[in-house]
Parts: sequence; C-alpha cells; structure tokens
Amino acid sequence: MSTINLDELNDMQYDVLKEIGNIGAGNATTALAQMVNMKVDMSVPKVELVPFSQLADFIGSEEEQVVGMLLQMSGDVDGMMMFFFNMRSAHNLVDMLMGRPITDDNDSDEFGEMDMSALSEIGNIISGAYLVALSKLTNLTIETSVPSMSIDMVGALLSVPAIEFGKLGDKLLFIQSQLGENGCINGYFLMIPELESYDKILGALGL
Amino acid sequence: MGNMIKVGMGDLKACKCPDALTTLGLGSCIGVALYDPVTKVSGLLHFMLPDSTQIRNNSNRAKFADTGIEDLITLMVSMGANKNRLVAKIAGGAKMFATSGMSEILCVGDRNAEAAKKELAARNIRILAQDTGLDYGRTVEFYSETGDYKIKAVGKGVKVI
Repeated sequence: MSTINLDELNDMQYDVLKEIGNIGAGNATTALAQMVNMKVDMSVPKVELVPFSQLADFIGSEEEQVVGMLLQMSGDVDGMMMFFFNMRSAHNLVDMLMGRPITDDNDSDEFGEMDMSALSEIGNIISGAYLVALSKLTNLTIETSVPSMSIDMVGALLSVPAIEFGKLGDKLLFIQSQLGENGCINGYFLMIPELESYDKILGALGL
Repeated sequence: MGNMIKVGMGDLKACKCPDALTTLGLGSCIGVALYDPVTKVSGLLHFMLPDSTQIRNNSNRAKFADTGIEDLITLMVSMGANKNRLVAKIAGGAKMFATSGMSEILCVGDRNAEAAKKELAARNIRILAQDTGLDYGRTVEFYSETGDYKIKAVGKGVKVI
C-alpha cells in the first residue's frame, strides 16, 4: 500500500516532482528542438493536485481540439504519460519536420497520412527523451507502450487518465510542463504516475 | 431559453424548465440525461466508472453509474419529478485511443455504456435514444423545454436525439 498522501504533500516533495517535470520536459524539448532545428522555450513546470471537475481548465477549454498522445508506463514506474499540441502547433511541427514553409493560417483539423505518421514519430521521440531523463535521474526502469494518437476535444482525451485514476480517488496529481509559450509550438506534457509509483520516484531520490 | 447549467466530470445536476444542462468533452464517460416529460424536471449525470461496488474509494457517488443514477433520481424527485415517468437518453462511452496493449483501460467506454443500460433497466427507466461508443468525444446539451439531447462532435456536426 502506498504511504504517500496526495493531499498532504510537503513543499519538498512538490519541489522534487517539479524538478522531475523540469528535467524530463527539458530533455524532451531539446529533442524536439533538434528535430525541427529551431529554439523551443519551456515554462517552469507545474505540479498540481486537481479535482477531476477542473481538469480541463488547466489546459484550456474542454472543447478545444488538440492532438493528444497517450503512453502507458510500466516497469518500476506505472502510470500514464500524455502530451497535447494544439492544432496550429501540430501543423507547424509537421511542416517544419517535412521542410515545408510554415503557414500562419493552418488551423484545419485535417492531417494527411504522412503527417499523422510524422506526428506519431515526434511523439515517440519526445516521450522517449522525457522518460530516459526520468529514468536516469531516479535509476528506475521505465518501459513504455507505443504512443497512441487521437485528435479530439481535450476534455474527452483527458477522460482516459481521469477514469483510470478515478478508481483511486477524486483528484489527479500531475506534472505539467508547457513548451513554446510564445513561439509557434505550444504543447503540454502530463506525467501521471500511479500512487505507488510516487513512493518509488520520491524514494529513489532520497525522500 | 433559460440558463445553461454546466455539469463537470463525476458530477450531476438537475434543473426545471426552461433551463438546460450541458457537459463538455465527454470521452469514455457517459452523460445520462433523465427527463420527466410532464413536469419537465431534467437531470444530467456525467459518470466515469461502471460500478461503485468494485472500487474501494467510492465516496463520490456521481462518479459511478449505479450510485450516480440513484442519486440523480432522488434529486429530481425532490424537485418535483415523478419517478415512474422518467425516461432516459444517453451519450458517450467512446474509445478515445485505439491501440493494443492497453485494452482493459481503453474499453471502459463500452463497460460504461453497458452499465448505464443495466442500471436504467433495473429501475424500469426506458432509454428513448442513445449515441454511444465509437471513437470520438462528444459535447452534450439537454433542453428541459423540449427533451432534446443535442450532441456535438469534432468534425461531425450536431445531431439531436
């Protein structure tokens, strides 16, 4: 049974989780920047304990259409990892990767087969970079499933982790990192470990 | 038209005519709308999991099909609905990500839809219409004035059931 109580995390534990978000997302952002050959900024990560009812407010509105990717983590750390790009960012990313000029008005919700496959590959690379960083930091083994991609309302996509963690409680602790705040790529990482995995992560870091 | 009342994830609300109820971005969760056509008292439940008896931490009753439907009926009766006249419309229960490996987690949408039907049948509440399953998210609005259940999905337009 887990010893951690999400409602009573101390400042130290919050800071450590933030740092994990920082390092993981930092690595992922670097990988992304190298892939598209441009600078991508990253904001200071947030660690939040959020009731399900307010979940989508953290990303925007529930109905906003996004490209979402979901991976399942297993090994020493169980849980899910998700990341989201808004539609414009996803188009920009694909255009950059394919060496096409970036158009400012590309908000369409259509992606070609090639574009989808490129997005999926981007997902693979940046999630890999995130988790390798976390794994190195904690010395824990983390395996992941192949990312699964879906383009839909953010609220609907978030229901998947929410339901899974709804079995444990009414709140979700997630580590969120935003990248490219002012640039042309805007995305979010969500790391959502299971309760018992928090023990392992914090334990591995000496807390 | 009256106010549009928002129902969050794992939550339930009821209203009287002419107000309307909405829940945004339903994924694998289910939106159960209950309606008394005579008094026009309406209720909407956005539940997440099929069965409260399978889960240890089940204090939030609106999170589950069984306890959520029970509580919604109680709330609506307290607002003047007649339990025997209630009818239902349901939507949601999508499979948001298609992949192998995580099948148990991802099939919760189907299990939720089954649970909703089972719990409604157990209370003799007829399902007038449904829009469940498939692989896309839905935003729903229930209008107490007409009993219309409006369903919006990305790239799929609007339909009324």
